[in-house]
Amino acid sequence: MEMTPANSDNRPSLEARGLECIRDDRRLFTDLDFSIGSGQALLLEGRNGSGKTSLLRILCAIRLPEAGEVTWCGEDIFRLGPDYHEHTAYVGHRDGVKLDLTPLENLAMAQALGKPKTGITLEGALKQVDLGGFEDVPTRNLSAGQQRRLGLARLLVTTSQLWILDEPFTSLDRHGIEVVEALLDAHLASDGMLALTSHHTINLQSAQVHRINLSA
Amino acid sequence: MRPGSLSGAFLLLLRRDLILAFRRRAEMINPLLFFILVTAMFPLGIGADPALLKAVGPGVIWVAALLAALLSLDGVFRSDFEDGSLEQFLLSAHPVSILVLAKVLAHWLITGLPLLIVAPLLAVLLNLPGTATTVLIITLALGTPVLSLIGAVGVALTVGLRKGGMILSLLVLPLYVPVLIFAANAVETAAADLPVMAHVSLLSALLVLALSLSPIATAASLRISLS
Repeated sequence: MEMTPANSDNRPSLEARGLECIRDDRRLFTDLDFSIGSGQALLLEGRNGSGKTSLLRILCAIRLPEAGEVTWCGEDIFRLGPDYHEHTAYVGHRDGVKLDLTPLENLAMAQALGKPKTGITLEGALKQVDLGGFEDVPTRNLSAGQQRRLGLARLLVTTSQLWILDEPFTSLDRHGIEVVEALLDAHLASDGMLALTSHHTINLQSAQVHRINLSA
Repeated sequence: MRPGSLSGAFLLLLRRDLILAFRRRAEMINPLLFFILVTAMFPLGIGADPALLKAVGPGVIWVAALLAALLSLDGVFRSDFEDGSLEQFLLSAHPVSILVLAKVLAHWLITGLPLLIVAPLLAVLLNLPGTATTVLIITLALGTPVLSLIGAVGVALTVGLRKGGMILSLLVLPLYVPVLIFAANAVETAAADLPVMAHVSLLSALLVLALSLSPIATAASLRISLS
């Protein structure tokens, strides 16, 4: 298991110590330690059902670990609550977009739930994920890949530093994957943090990608 | 309204739910239709004796309102749960209980308020006197928000279950009983030309209690359902 040294300065960092997850009486992982600092990415690997999604949900503070703790800047994330969530953005299996709303309405809601980023318009964020021109089309009429990109556009409109992504490349075509990889690179280059799972081989520019294999 | 403020998120979420309801209005009309049909069937079923209708009227209208509310409850969180929006609410930078309150308010505006509007019509159908009609509207105005607020806790607890409908009814109906008792009794009392202030005060107290406790309980229930 790879470890990175804990940040000694005051830059934000996410640290997990001794994490254990039990699901349906099966121990998925135990004694898991890692940390993510600015500009670093954590790539979770492992077979289906090895606990990747469960671990990401623990990092989101949605699911409680059976043992261990996760801290953000030294404070327990479950205690921080909304103060932690204003630094995070999560895209899960389900895109979290409403099919009866337009992409623009969906994105406006996503932005209002977090801390809005200045210097980017909602239209600009849609352009960045190649959805320019689809602002007012009902989301129901978009393809699965386009809906996925709309879900990912949420990452761009808030100031969240930690992106937690569960299979972000699902249903994206090759071009879509390149677009999203570029977003991830830009996020890491601007001192962002990343925790993700992916079955696709992922090409990130950053050298600071740590891998954890949960099946090992 | 500052972007990123709590009030901004509250209003946007309220607006979003109202837009969604408007775009799926065929489904939203169901509870109202149920309320009207059940109440309208009663005179046909038990006979058109004015005295009898006047006696059972308050109870009939309130039971129908209660069941209509129960019928519409599942919609509060179901679709948000299925498309992943609910996770995003829990991961918001704002307190979940306030977001929940916006959703419950939207639910009441969609399903509770229409009942208030058609109630005078149904009161005529059941031969309720004028004073009783006024009191009926007052009790509906105070009581239906309580139904939405209490119901939200039950839905939040059962939203993760595939067949949660039965458990939802069992969880929520006992908590609806006080509202039913005080509200129906208030209308009966008004029909007998007696003062109803005590009932109205108790209903107001129930509303305040539900308003202050239910959002917190709903937020906690949602966390349990999604973990």
